[in-house]
Amino acid sequence: MTVRLAVEGLTIRLPKGADREYAIEDVSLSVAAGEILCVVGESGSGKSVTASAAMGLLAPGLSIASGAMALCGEDLRAKSPEEWRTIRGRRIAMVFQEPMTALNPLMTVGAQIGEMWRVHLGLDARETERRAIAALREVNLPDPEGALRAYPHELSGGQRQRVMIAMALALEPEVLICDEPTTALDVTTQAQVLALIKDLQKRHGTAVMFITHDFGVVAEIADRVAVMRLGHVVEQGTAKEVLTEPQHEYTRALLRAVPGLVAPEPRPLADDTVLEVRGLTKTYASRGVFRRRKAVKALDEVSVALKRGATLAIVGESGSGKSTLARCVVGLLGSDGGQIVIGGAPLPKQRRDAARLVQMVFQDPYASLNPRRRVGAQVAQGPIAAGTSAAQAAAETRELFCTVGLDPDAVDRYPHEFSGGQRQRIGIARALAMKPQVLVADEPVSALDVSVQAQVLALLRELQERLGLSILFITHDLRVAAQLCDEVAVMRNGVVEEAGRIGEVFAAPRSAYTRSLIEAIPGRALFGA
Amino acid sequence: MRALKAYFRSPAALVGSAILLAVVIMGVGASWFYPGDPLGLAGRPLQWPGANPRFPLGTDSSGRDIAAQLFHGARISLLIGFVATSISVVIGIAIGAVAGFYGGVTDTVLMRVTEAFQTLPNFLLLLVLVAVFGSTIETVTVAIGLVSWPPVARLTRAEFLSLRTREFVQACRVQGLGDVHLILREVLPNALPPVIVYASVVMAVAILLESALAFLQLSDPNVPSWGNLIGLGRNVLRTEWYVSAIPGVAILLTILGVSLVGQGLNDALNPRIASGR
Repeated sequence: MTVRLAVEGLTIRLPKGADREYAIEDVSLSVAAGEILCVVGESGSGKSVTASAAMGLLAPGLSIASGAMALCGEDLRAKSPEEWRTIRGRRIAMVFQEPMTALNPLMTVGAQIGEMWRVHLGLDARETERRAIAALREVNLPDPEGALRAYPHELSGGQRQRVMIAMALALEPEVLICDEPTTALDVTTQAQVLALIKDLQKRHGTAVMFITHDFGVVAEIADRVAVMRLGHVVEQGTAKEVLTEPQHEYTRALLRAVPGLVAPEPRPLADDTVLEVRGLTKTYASRGVFRRRKAVKALDEVSVALKRGATLAIVGESGSGKSTLARCVVGLLGSDGGQIVIGGAPLPKQRRDAARLVQMVFQDPYASLNPRRRVGAQVAQGPIAAGTSAAQAAAETRELFCTVGLDPDAVDRYPHEFSGGQRQRIGIARALAMKPQVLVADEPVSALDVSVQAQVLALLRELQERLGLSILFITHDLRVAAQLCDEVAVMRNGVVEEAGRIGEVFAAPRSAYTRSLIEAIPGRALFGA
Repeated sequence: MRALKAYFRSPAALVGSAILLAVVIMGVGASWFYPGDPLGLAGRPLQWPGANPRFPLGTDSSGRDIAAQLFHGARISLLIGFVATSISVVIGIAIGAVAGFYGGVTDTVLMRVTEAFQTLPNFLLLLVLVAVFGSTIETVTVAIGLVSWPPVARLTRAEFLSLRTREFVQACRVQGLGDVHLILREVLPNALPPVIVYASVVMAVAILLESALAFLQLSDPNVPSWGNLIGLGRNVLRTEWYVSAIPGVAILLTILGVSLVGQGLNDALNPRIASGR
């Protein structure tokens, strides 16, 4: 096998004042023709910096301190910006994480794909169109002719990522770099896109460097694996070696943190229901005088029930209505029909009354705290608004910080001084400060690294046992749901497809959709299902 | 603290602050440098700067000391600048915040009102206000404030529109906090930086508007403003041009100072630029 892309002892310096001196240090990697190398690591491991260095697209402020990069034996570090332009796209192509922002929203898909051939090969309009249709057919887009004339927003996320892949492969590059290409996609779409990348790579013999944080994805796709941590490659080897006999302690810890789809022992549940949603309906329609769009039924007669002290997972892909359900339950959104009953009484309309009954933990730990206010004040303000004295609220806040595993003296700090996992703990403390009967957690761990994810899930489990919390847990990830939840409701297009004890649903799914969700989980063969 | 440090690292901000500080010292110390009425007769009219050591900047066509008027005029210009800017920023933020936070019908109504104000050239509107309510220095200042709030309102509204849907605002809703808390404590502090920066533009425009009024001799003739001085110099512009030119340069420098401070603030309050240094 010929080595296509070789990175030798690469060290990249970070700008002054960063948390460490080098983004990556002494990194050596190589990808051969017809091979997929997965570079795995958590955030801050330097995996994306490595990829952008190989594309000659280092962010401003970063500079190569030492090391070599070669494409098929040609020294890449000696290339001028003009030479890089002929390499990028043509010999090294890239697929990005976010398919929406990587496409120009004002150009049709056909024009954007065609640009590749026009710029690099100077082909005429008819030939580019012929090739574009062939390329879109190759990535299994239904109706390639229609897609050619579509604008990016008219395609789904998975379709856009297929377009990106078609564009990346348009000029038969020697090396394809994929930077978390499936992270923004739903599981079932992710499975399809992974299969597509693998299939195309085999057919074209492309060398693929695949950046990911998900060991499930690694297990699906990798021939070889490099594990990165804080700018170093800690372990490298064939996929089989690394996944089954990890040598480095860090790799082992990461693999342990990957949740398996094994439901916990069923716990005895209380008989009384703390939260009951009956026939909830929510329709999104734009109410303009001049525009009228098709109404979308986000929730269609949804009924679920949460038992006291238990956790109910609402699982679904994007567009299933699970987040709408969460927002209705905490009163952030009004519903168009149906009832929400908490502790035997309907959810009060007044924000202040509802706050004592139900609280929410938000998805994005970076967006859910006000950057300009001290975290302690943000936790204490709810109880103060509800009538608690400021002194007592402050004392309770310090206690809560202990409860969620933070230093009580941290109440006087600002959000930017905390890591993502710590911020999510603050978010949990903020919700608990109101002593709610029901805690709604909307994807509370999906923005966190696996190891941090495991810690936050463990915290939620511990809090539930200690405080007898009832949790409505919204997630797209069945593996995460399996970690924590007693019962599950699978949603699709605003309808509950299937509900029941989580072990029973996972072991013997009744609906075909649930089955397809379970089958789409990456790395199922390795991590158990 | 970090923003302050970034601010003083920018050369534009330093120069701007120095100019503004000089103007403030001129205004504050005017009665000490030039005690007595700056509008009183001081000597022979139309003496060129430097011709008489008693009047380093010369005298105007009524025989008043230009330097004295310049110092006392600094006080008036700054006062008009600050007060008019405060009025327009307060009105603008209030309207923009309510429109952006509540959206819907409230937003539509408030924004149509704002647009109605914007479609009128604001100098014309100012002329109308001054013609109706008279041209004392108080009415001129309030009138300038009243005509310059629409851009502030639009800017505030845009910030509020994007901030009100952020998760931290939603989290406060879920905590049961009222709208007043949400607007004043959560959203406004995050929406302020661009508004503060824009306030420097409003201030520069306010000083210019007063000068323009004074040039047309529609401002308060009983105060020694820079604009009045320029207006007086209009009649002798071809021969004794310095009467208009000296206060003209003062206005130019002050506005330059205000704009540089605004640019410095923009760089310091914009985290992307501040961290890029």
